[in-house]
Amino acid sequence: MNLIWVPLLPLLGTLVPLLTARTGRTLCAWTTSLLPALSLLIVLFHAPTVLSGATLKSTLPWIPALDLELAFRLDGLGLLFALLILGIGLLVILYARYYLSPKDSMGRFYSYLILFMTAMLGIVLSNNLIQLWVFWELTSISSFLLISFWSDKREARRGARMALTVTGAGGMALLAGILLIGNVVGSYDLDRVLASTIQIRNSGYYPAILVLVLLGAFTKSAQFPFHFWLPHAMAAPTPVSAYLHSATMVKAGIFLMARFYPVLSGTDMWFLIVSLTGLVTLLTGAYFALFKHDLKGLLAYSTISHLGLITLLLGMDTKLAAVAAVFHIINHATFKASLFMAAGIIDHESGSRDMRKLNGLWKYMPYTATLAMVAASAMAGVPLLNGFLSKEMFFSETLHQSTLGALSWLVPVLATCGGVFSVAYSLRFIHDVFFNGEPIDLPRTPHEPPRYMKLPVEILVALCLLVGMLPGYVIGDLLNSASSAVLQGLVPEYSLAIWHGFNLPLAMSTIAFVGGLVIYYNRKVLFQFQAQFPEADAKEIFEKLIQMLMAGCRWVNDRLENGSLQRYLMLMLLFTFALVVTPMMALSQLVGERPQLPISGVEITGAALLILGALATVIWHRKRMIALITLSIVGLIVSVTFARFSAPDLALTQLSVEVVTVILLMLALFFLPQRTPKESSPHQMMRDLAISALIGGVVGTLCYALMTRPLHSISDFFLANSKTGGGGTNVVNVILVDFRGFDTLGEITVLGIAALGIFKLINRMRLFMPAGDERGRPWSNDRYPVILATVSQLLLPLALLVSVYIFLRGHNMPGGGFIAGLITAVAIIQQYVANGVDFIKERLKLNYQWLIGSGLLIATLTGLGSWAFGRPFLTSWFDHFHLPLVGDFELASAMLFDLGVYLTVIGATLLILANLGKLTTTERPVLTKEEL
Amino acid sequence: MEMAYALCVGILTTSGIFLTLRGRTFPVVVGLTLLSYAVNLFLFASGRLGIDDAAVLQAEATNYTDPLPQALVLTAIVIGFAMTAFAVILAMRARADLGNDHVDGRLPTITEESTAKEKP
Repeated sequence: MNLIWVPLLPLLGTLVPLLTARTGRTLCAWTTSLLPALSLLIVLFHAPTVLSGATLKSTLPWIPALDLELAFRLDGLGLLFALLILGIGLLVILYARYYLSPKDSMGRFYSYLILFMTAMLGIVLSNNLIQLWVFWELTSISSFLLISFWSDKREARRGARMALTVTGAGGMALLAGILLIGNVVGSYDLDRVLASTIQIRNSGYYPAILVLVLLGAFTKSAQFPFHFWLPHAMAAPTPVSAYLHSATMVKAGIFLMARFYPVLSGTDMWFLIVSLTGLVTLLTGAYFALFKHDLKGLLAYSTISHLGLITLLLGMDTKLAAVAAVFHIINHATFKASLFMAAGIIDHESGSRDMRKLNGLWKYMPYTATLAMVAASAMAGVPLLNGFLSKEMFFSETLHQSTLGALSWLVPVLATCGGVFSVAYSLRFIHDVFFNGEPIDLPRTPHEPPRYMKLPVEILVALCLLVGMLPGYVIGDLLNSASSAVLQGLVPEYSLAIWHGFNLPLAMSTIAFVGGLVIYYNRKVLFQFQAQFPEADAKEIFEKLIQMLMAGCRWVNDRLENGSLQRYLMLMLLFTFALVVTPMMALSQLVGERPQLPISGVEITGAALLILGALATVIWHRKRMIALITLSIVGLIVSVTFARFSAPDLALTQLSVEVVTVILLMLALFFLPQRTPKESSPHQMMRDLAISALIGGVVGTLCYALMTRPLHSISDFFLANSKTGGGGTNVVNVILVDFRGFDTLGEITVLGIAALGIFKLINRMRLFMPAGDERGRPWSNDRYPVILATVSQLLLPLALLVSVYIFLRGHNMPGGGFIAGLITAVAIIQQYVANGVDFIKERLKLNYQWLIGSGLLIATLTGLGSWAFGRPFLTSWFDHFHLPLVGDFELASAMLFDLGVYLTVIGATLLILANLGKLTTTERPVLTKEEL
Repeated sequence: MEMAYALCVGILTTSGIFLTLRGRTFPVVVGLTLLSYAVNLFLFASGRLGIDDAAVLQAEATNYTDPLPQALVLTAIVIGFAMTAFAVILAMRARADLGNDHVDGRLPTITEESTAKEKP
């Protein structure tokens, strides 16, 4: 069976509970567990192969060009985690069936839970780092949904938000770390990353990679100082706490450290950061767990403490420590999940989790009490239970490490202190809840839970006992295989025996037990001592920090985005300037080697006119009509410039566009105020002038530097193939309609869209229509001067003839669809100007939208036509023909394409101008005789 | 020659940017037009300047201008017109719907007096 099915089946399974939720609770639970159970079977099917030392892989290509693939692997570590996730997951499904009340939406709960299961499986089975990260984020999201399951409770919402914020931020750090790893290794493939240990350790990025990856792991695994989210996540339903916050999700961080252990560990930096963080977490968690009166609070801090223990083990510089870490992962998952379930049963059957009220439950639920007591003993590390074995290994390893140099003796001493508190809080869990007098004010009379609610606890407790007594048989192979995956090599010799003789670790255990008893016996004194400290509520501090962050963001946002376009433009321009100016400064020499052209009087005059025109436009910009006239001077000089520097096509286009633009702006001026009010302060003027001069200077310099450098152009290809491949000698036109025809198609589409957008904007525009100019003079009554009308009517056929000529010769001489289209448009607009809209409407029945549409259609169909001949889109064809009288002529498919361009340009230009012009005539207020 | 050309491009950019930073729509549109002249000249110059170079394939020609920037600029001119038109119509529409021709759609508070005079 393909490995992909292992996470895929649960993913499909997220839909099952939603579909079967109405069929009843038991059936819903059974159907929900079906697909994960199948998944578990697949894993078990592969287990013998993996245990014998092989690593299974399976890959599905996704985006090969980006090195992205769906890649899964199953090695010892993955197998261990997959078994934990699926096994405990199934038990939790069964448990939740009895835990959830009929009010809760069971389908939604199971759906989230299975989604989470999929995400976890994805993390532990991924063979690609990016893919691993995606699943990593999915666990954060699904855990958010699960914690906030009772979303009507404020603490659930806050707890969920806090967990998401902390683990999500860690996820971002992890992504950065993964990207850096990918950068160093050149691949996100886990196999290649694991084989690149030396490359990563020697790279300059190693410290950054380590810190970022560890940030991800520490936030997820609730390591100090990020541990505060875990106790607040206890607002989740207890099955969730049992599953996510003891057995699986918090272990994802541990898994990550174990996964990267071969690559990232082995340096002083790793040992120092990881072991110190682990040690601090171990002690903090163990200490605070004793003072929690909430049953789940105690378990949450104890979880933090045990996670710290595993982290500390991973941070020690011995190989056996890594084995001990793996062993403790298994043991902690079993006893902590069963303890959470027991706590859930107590809460469910008595209505309270407060240990000050919960006393003497032994009488009411002896069976559950026995199970819970065995599990709690495993947590304390009582011999013959699994917790004892890994704790002994841990103690023994603390004695063998040298992480802190000369101060290394501190580690075993502090570890024993942690052990003391661990025994004390385990004792509290047992004694306070099940003995110690009678229950006080419980909402319900406690009793044993339903039969099958106990089953998951029984199975887990049985595992604790089995592993504790027969470790070699039950867990030996799995531990061996998982440890070798962590170490990526041979596992050192170790013994899983229960009895190692009288030695130092045993002495440490004994001290822990005696010390724990003493502390628990004197707990009243300790509680009073602890009560002196003001209780820091992580939730309040966190909320305050978030509020401050939000306020900061708002402040920045208000500065950047104040609703003023001028402000935005200025910021963008300054940013552009900053971007451009740095490489410009790196340019050592301004002038390049290319010989420059001499300058003549004509060109000086042209340049002077252009500069004067531009400056006049700026100076008189408040007198809009004058500015428009000076602007058109600039435009004319620009077209002359094109003509001068051997670009006849450009000169023709610029000239005709210039005409159209000026007509457009004149029409616009009719509806806009004639003058711009003076509203910029001198200070603002100076600032704007400085910004624009800076950027203008940079652009001019860039232009100069560019022009004086030799040209390495790809145009030789176009020059060489224009005639032979495209059938035309006007290379510019052949590029437009042939070589880069697809670009042109996009271009005319944009043109059409712009015209239609304008049409839509003009539609139903309620315009401010002045009855006269700004001095109050009424508009001229002589609307259509006779001479202009007559001459333009005479000129029309001639103009159309010219445009046809320009169009036809475009392939070989300057011209083409764009220019011809503009000329035709100008000719028709002239008729509008001279004769009025009504006159044209009667004579010219052209729908401009249709014109745009048909132009685009012709161009596209020409492109599609080449498919009919089995060629790629827009392949051109041409041939020469002979007709009597006409002589030789050429036909090319590109001309058809150019016709599309031609029609689109006419349609777009006329749609804009004619519609705008129509407004001036149809809605112009006419002054009556009296007003005149 | 190149120096004069670059100077023109620089001045056009300066004028264009200065006008686009104004507060009323019409100067902004004029500024955009000036800026597109500058951009087109700049793009065109990336093919280097040449006087009397052949623009069309000829048997006897030796020096050709670079056709690629020309093709780019040709479409840029047409698209530039569409953009200017769109900006102008948008400005008119804004004036029609919002009652003023400020780029933000609302008049700045300080200049209430100066604009009040303008209104009939």
